[in-house]
Amino acid sequence: MTTLRRLFLAPTMGTLVLLFFAPMTIIVAYSFLTRGVYGGVTGEGTIENYIRLFDSLYGVILLRTLALSAVATLLCLVLGFPLALFIARSGSRKNLYLQLVMIPFWTSFLVRTYAWMFLLRDTGLINSVLLAAGVIKEPLPLLYNNGAVLLGLVYSYLPFVVLPLYATLERIDNSLLEASADLGARPWETVTRIIIPLCAPAFRAGAVLVFIPCLGAYLTPDLLGGGKTVMAGNLIQNQFTTARDWPFGSAVSLVLMAIVLVLMIVAMRSQKEDLL
Amino acid sequence: MKRLLPLYAAATFLFLHLPLLVLAVFSVNESRFTIWQGLSLRWYKAALEDSQLAEAAWNSFVIAIAATLVSTAIGALCAYGLWKRRSSFLTGSLYTTLVTPEIVMGVSLLAFFQWMFRYLHLQLGMHTVVLAHVMFSIAYVVIVVMARLRTMEPALEEAALDLGGTEWDAFRLVTLPQLWPAIASAALLAFTISFDDYVITSMVAGVDSETLPMVIYAMARRGANPVVNAISTAIILGLGALIVISERLRKT
Repeated sequence: MTTLRRLFLAPTMGTLVLLFFAPMTIIVAYSFLTRGVYGGVTGEGTIENYIRLFDSLYGVILLRTLALSAVATLLCLVLGFPLALFIARSGSRKNLYLQLVMIPFWTSFLVRTYAWMFLLRDTGLINSVLLAAGVIKEPLPLLYNNGAVLLGLVYSYLPFVVLPLYATLERIDNSLLEASADLGARPWETVTRIIIPLCAPAFRAGAVLVFIPCLGAYLTPDLLGGGKTVMAGNLIQNQFTTARDWPFGSAVSLVLMAIVLVLMIVAMRSQKEDLL
Repeated sequence: MKRLLPLYAAATFLFLHLPLLVLAVFSVNESRFTIWQGLSLRWYKAALEDSQLAEAAWNSFVIAIAATLVSTAIGALCAYGLWKRRSSFLTGSLYTTLVTPEIVMGVSLLAFFQWMFRYLHLQLGMHTVVLAHVMFSIAYVVIVVMARLRTMEPALEEAALDLGGTEWDAFRLVTLPQLWPAIASAALLAFTISFDDYVITSMVAGVDSETLPMVIYAMARRGANPVVNAISTAIILGLGALIVISERLRKT
């Protein structure tokens, strides 16, 4: 088997080495180099790029990234749990409801973000309706702020918490809930004292699944934050395009990558079932 | 709570679907502005007549087909190899590609290509986009095909070997025929991911390789434009259909 297996794994291995590990290695190297006069890099080694991350200008961006990601994750958990509970208890329509959660997720990330621009912008639907109804005289500034970015993140990643929570809720032994009711617990108490504690691993998994993509978010803050709510992803993009400071952009990329990898390893340690 | 939960679920489903429905409704609106004026397909007509859009859609299509063929082929083989015996290095690497922020993948590929081009006389273009898409689609293909392999009986291949077949025969005649639905499902998924990608594509695309998401992004940034609603609705319906088919295939 070994020859055939090796032959089968080789193309993927080759692709990953050439197009994932080699590019990452270049980023690691660049992050310790100096910015060239016309963009590009020069050969002088330095750790200046990492020190600059603690500048108040960039530190704020990193803190904002962490804070927005944390709030978005928390909102997803709070909003996702009742939905998962509903789906898990909906009998034969479970699959339909799950598809209802997943289908918007799989259709075009860009389009879903644009849909919110269409609703929130000054000439967007919400403002148009409110203006026409005479409720407001000036359009409300709904787009291009932290709230809009948060909304976009929650909208995009809500399915990531619903799926693991649903999978756990579906497997909860009904007799536990009956025992709880028999012993005099109100439905609300059964939820908070039996169901939620049993879901703790799913909450952790869902939190990681939302937090990781939020940290690396680029399109959401770009389109819904409109350059005002800058997150780490936007900083990286800016350094590689407009600012043409590739070494600093590389350093930011690696810091982001390091956080993501640590989270991934922690999550995989606690996970029993693998996808791969 | 019995009454509140369905109400809450209905509100959440509305939250998930209403923005897309509103977009679809206003894509067939006669007016240029966000006021309902009557049914019209003029924005679809405008989208079809736009030569920049047509070219971008064609580019996206070519890139997605090429990337899908390559990533599905090598990803399916990889899944089979991993099913035979695990490789924690390869599995870990595939997971890492899944969690790597798109923008980080984009800039690292950009830096890599630019560095390579110092030695090779090449430029950014369709080929660099295809290479990037192949790389980030593989993990999805492996996951889908692996899920199917997990449900299969290893004894069938052992029987084939006992009866004098080679390992290649066992793969080709016993396992592969059962894998086709999963492979087709993986291909559809890879296609949608490739067709939809903006972040990585925008970093590694050249001047001649503008894709549909890149044009939509530029139009969305520029301001309200009902043509974007029309293309967006077409994309939601098109990719949505592919995903539904992909899910069906996965369950067969």
